[in-house]
Amino acid sequence: MEAYTALRQFADSWGLMGMALFFLGVVLFTLRPGSEAQAKKAAQIPLKED
Amino acid sequence: MNYVSETILLAVGTFLALLGAAYAYDNLFASHMWVLFFVLLVSTVVMLRKISFAPAGQASKSRAESEYLDEVIKYGVIATVFWGVVGFLVGVVVALQLAFPDLNIEPWFNFGRVRPLHTSAVIFAFGGNALIATSFYVVQRTCRARLFGGNLAWFVFWGYQLFIVMAATGYLLGITQSREYAEPEWYVDIWLTIVWVAYLLVFLGTILKRKEPHIYVANWFYLGFIVTIAMLHVVNNLAVPVSFLGVKSYSAFAGVQDALTQWWYGHNAVGFFLTAGFLGMMYYFVPKQVNRPVYSYRLSIIHFWALIFMYIWAGPHHLHYTALPDWAQTLGMVFSIMLWMPSWGGMINGLMTLSGAWDKIRTDPIVRMMVMAIAFYGMATFEGPMMSVKAVNSLSHYTDWTIGHVHSGALGWNGMITFGAIYYLTPKLWNRRRLYSLQLVNWHFWLATLGIVVYAAVMWVAGVQQGLMWREYDDQGFLVYSFAESVAAMLPYYVLRAVGGAMFLTGALLMAFNVTMTILGYERQETVSGAAPALQPAE
Repeated sequence: MEAYTALRQFADSWGLMGMALFFLGVVLFTLRPGSEAQAKKAAQIPLKED
Repeated sequence: MNYVSETILLAVGTFLALLGAAYAYDNLFASHMWVLFFVLLVSTVVMLRKISFAPAGQASKSRAESEYLDEVIKYGVIATVFWGVVGFLVGVVVALQLAFPDLNIEPWFNFGRVRPLHTSAVIFAFGGNALIATSFYVVQRTCRARLFGGNLAWFVFWGYQLFIVMAATGYLLGITQSREYAEPEWYVDIWLTIVWVAYLLVFLGTILKRKEPHIYVANWFYLGFIVTIAMLHVVNNLAVPVSFLGVKSYSAFAGVQDALTQWWYGHNAVGFFLTAGFLGMMYYFVPKQVNRPVYSYRLSIIHFWALIFMYIWAGPHHLHYTALPDWAQTLGMVFSIMLWMPSWGGMINGLMTLSGAWDKIRTDPIVRMMVMAIAFYGMATFEGPMMSVKAVNSLSHYTDWTIGHVHSGALGWNGMITFGAIYYLTPKLWNRRRLYSLQLVNWHFWLATLGIVVYAAVMWVAGVQQGLMWREYDDQGFLVYSFAESVAAMLPYYVLRAVGGAMFLTGALLMAFNVTMTILGYERQETVSGAAPALQPAE
């Protein structure tokens, strides 16, 4: 198979699925229960010192 | 501090530049090497004069090591202000050249040569210095660690200035590889790559040695910007030089692949240089200036990942109705529209950081500037996806509407957030109680805002008129207007655009004056409208 066709097929199958799943995973991980307290703490980092 | 090996390296570089000028393959390369030779020669002399032969002070060295490295950031702030004024001035000049073609002074100051000088000066010299300086400031404060790599940060700063000088003089000499926002030829590109790798090392090293367990979100944006720009720069500039002592090179790609590579680079220069990096600024300086944490930290994380995952695909929207395959054009359009969500999520997050402190918009002109920046971020990221829709693009493409869109983003978002950061940083870095004058900040705010409004509104009208004139057919099927007629019709708009740009430039000159006076330690006696100075929070 031509390199272009092979890459194109990989991109719109496994590549696309892998990236979409990674992205969904990141979003779900960010919104997981218990992350809110941690996020509140992280948001204070710039204000800790001058 | 002695920089013996650095000075020797500079001297060697100076000699190599001289050899380059002597053995040049073409005249342009010789001229450019003479420029490099004199720049490096002056630098070598300056460095030689700084070498001190007194015994090294061990005590002062260990003390300095425990503090933040802020000296390089001071230089960065001054460079940002300087290049900002230069870039805006060149912008007004090119605007006037379009309105009055007699101002094209051949050969060095033709529009074709001065225009990339303007774009590079504002994006890379003004924006780039702002990004480097603020990223060094933010990463130290949020990691609670000194910059990694000792003097490497100085190399990044001066190496970047050398890149700017070589790029700018190259454009005026007529050296260009004709790639949008990446005009410097191969040898300047290689130099930028070296500087950029050093930048990545300093930034990443500081993150790795941090004392704060969590990596604050602003650093994610900065790191995303640095890594992606490295990738974009290297791939877009893959080229084979004709001679190692000549300016000309040929791209590794051909035809439509080359076009797509260029706009994959071009659009992501906007997405990662002008968006991700400046969002890093927003997520640090807005909370600091209003003294409240970011509205939703989790939203800022999702903002980051969504931006990273989507921006990289939006480039093909610059090539609508070209030889680029239809599916790729549609892909670019779809991803551009999806970008609405993270962009507006980020805008809401930035604006809502002020919730409970909205009065600061009235009382603090620096907060006002930042809020205007975020508002323009929202407007520009609304307009962009709209223009990427093929039907809209069929009207807007190749017209001045695009120029108006770019400037509402660049002047409004990048300019204003940078001004806010500079006004925040200057008193902090030079240990001043406050800025020389908040009244002048207020003047800067209004001059800049009104200048952008004039610029953008005029370019909308100009662009839509151009687009409609180009597609106007009579009942016989002939075009109604010749191209030259559509050019002649632009004169009033081009003059007005120069007026808007001149207002923006005037504001920047006020900033330069204000920053200079602050550094020199002056404070202007004044009362700021809307607030008694006594009620201002002590910074």
